Amino acid sequence: MVTRTLCLLGYVLGCLLAFSARAELVIEVTQGKQSAIPMAVVPMSWSGEGELPEDISAVVENDLGSSGYFRMLDQANMISRPSELDDINYADWRNLQQDFVMIGRIAQDASGYTVEFHVVDVAKRLEVLKHRVKGKASQLRDIAHYISDYIFERLTGIRGVFSTKLIYVTTNRERSRFNLNYADADGAREQLIFTSPHPIISPAWAPDGNKVAYVSFESGRSAIYFQELATGKRELVIKMQGSTSAPSFSPDGKRLAFVHSKLGNPDIYVLDLDSRNIERLTNHYAIDTEPQWMPDGKSLVFTSSRAGGPQVYKLDTATKSVDRMTFQGNYNARPRVTEDGRKLVYVHQRGQRFHIASQDIRSGRVQVLTNDTDLDESPSVAPNGSMVVYATSEADRSILAAVSVDGDVKFRLPSKYGDVREPAWSPIF
Amino acid sequence: MQNSAFVKAFGLGLGALMVTACSSTGDINEDNSELTTKAETTASENNEANEVNTNNQVDPTAIPVDTDKVAGEELEAQAREAEAALMKQTVFYFDFDQSTIKQDGKAALMAHAAYLSANSSARVVLEGHADERGTVEYNLALGERRAMAVRRFLMANGASADQLEVVSFGEERPVATGHNEASWAENRRVVLNYR
Repeated sequence: MVTRTLCLLGYVLGCLLAFSARAELVIEVTQGKQSAIPMAVVPMSWSGEGELPEDISAVVENDLGSSGYFRMLDQANMISRPSELDDINYADWRNLQQDFVMIGRIAQDASGYTVEFHVVDVAKRLEVLKHRVKGKASQLRDIAHYISDYIFERLTGIRGVFSTKLIYVTTNRERSRFNLNYADADGAREQLIFTSPHPIISPAWAPDGNKVAYVSFESGRSAIYFQELATGKRELVIKMQGSTSAPSFSPDGKRLAFVHSKLGNPDIYVLDLDSRNIERLTNHYAIDTEPQWMPDGKSLVFTSSRAGGPQVYKLDTATKSVDRMTFQGNYNARPRVTEDGRKLVYVHQRGQRFHIASQDIRSGRVQVLTNDTDLDESPSVAPNGSMVVYATSEADRSILAAVSVDGDVKFRLPSKYGDVREPAWSPIF
Repeated sequence: MQNSAFVKAFGLGLGALMVTACSSTGDINEDNSELTTKAETTASENNEANEVNTNNQVDPTAIPVDTDKVAGEELEAQAREAEAALMKQTVFYFDFDQSTIKQDGKAALMAHAAYLSANSSARVVLEGHADERGTVEYNLALGERRAMAVRRFLMANGASADQLEVVSFGEERPVATGHNEASWAENRRVVLNYR
């Protein structure tokens, strides 16, 4: 929270990335929770000069609505638009069957923008939240996401991830251009951070959020690169004969699990980022790939074809012992783990279709989350464990979509052009 | 020198075709020796034929030399054509989640192996690909598996390791962009790119 406040005050360089005019991805909620909380976000008053450069209230409304946890009241249906607590007529909001109402005021001075907001409980006729947030002109969306996170966490008990980021790859039809993009979790403020005529795959965040790893084919074969977000500085990470791919940072950020393949035998390795020592963890003639750390930092999950088709396995990094985790179906791959270590999320083939499935690690119970999409791949779990963003096929194109880990909430992030692939959800900064 | 290289290549080509007829796997190390033997046999048969011709010149009415040359050139051209025709196939297809070379691609791969064996300076990049189904990194590994299967097959049939480079693009470089089996079948492939 301290970090976030500092960000908003503009002291952290990572938050100073330039503002881009138009978002490429726009959220469309396709399914919300049955139990979604009815809530009204009243457009906040604006006391500064001219037009407010960013509609903060609309961003908050969109954030909370897209989470699936809230059902937002359409502004057109609001009977009144109070901005002060005293002006709230509780009867109006009760008639509109709202549980919570947010109101607020936006002001501007020499140091930037200040937003004061309140959330009231309509049934109890009580103010439940009151908060003030400040930021610069370039941070109006950051302010909005901060407000959304603040409200979401206090009303649902779950940490909000509206201030987090996505990185993802876009390509054109001809596959002659590959772009690595950086955007808000709602798809806004997209920025190009690396572009190449060669494929880019497998972006992964360092846990501090300052650096990303990805695989680029610029040398003619797959190799892992690091890129610092604030400086754009790139580094070829591993200089081994053959190809490297599938980077995954350990939870403490000190090690990188990856795949190295020489002469067609991909195995799992771990690079110690301080000493640059490399340790081989698997040595099997089958395909071993897609390593991902468990939250304890002691074991990995990965995909292996050692049983014939791809299945998910757990690997103890100390003993190197391997245990199979998935048993339903012939194709289970690219595992991701929620941050509480309870659920495994992966690509699952059912019949001829590919879906995202979640598996309760303790009980082994499998739930297919995405019955309505096909050719699903590249699942990436939000840092609060609530949502999974993934790539899917729609009308002959690849788009991003998201589904909650319980399958209740679904939204799409369609883009205006090209194919969008390989999303990676950032940690909470 | 060039001539003997040709005879060797020709012999290998022929041998390759014969092996194709009777073998079903890519890993046929023992066939290597068979191929060499075949090449030698072809060469020694030619020598024998020449010797016979020399002996026959005792009879002034028989003038078989021209006939032999014509026949030889015809075979040479045919072999070249046959091998060239086979080598036109540079893309080899695979089943879903499989890296086994299909039977119908083996004759062409034999011709490539024979060519590589006869032309030690030739270099080829084996580019492995997968269709869009399944996961990106698994498909990268699968593409490499496929290219490696082709590499093993070419080596088993006379190509040497330093002539063959393996690279995988996984599902990143499809030739067909449809989301259907017809497109997927085209994308599950290994492409031979001569340098």
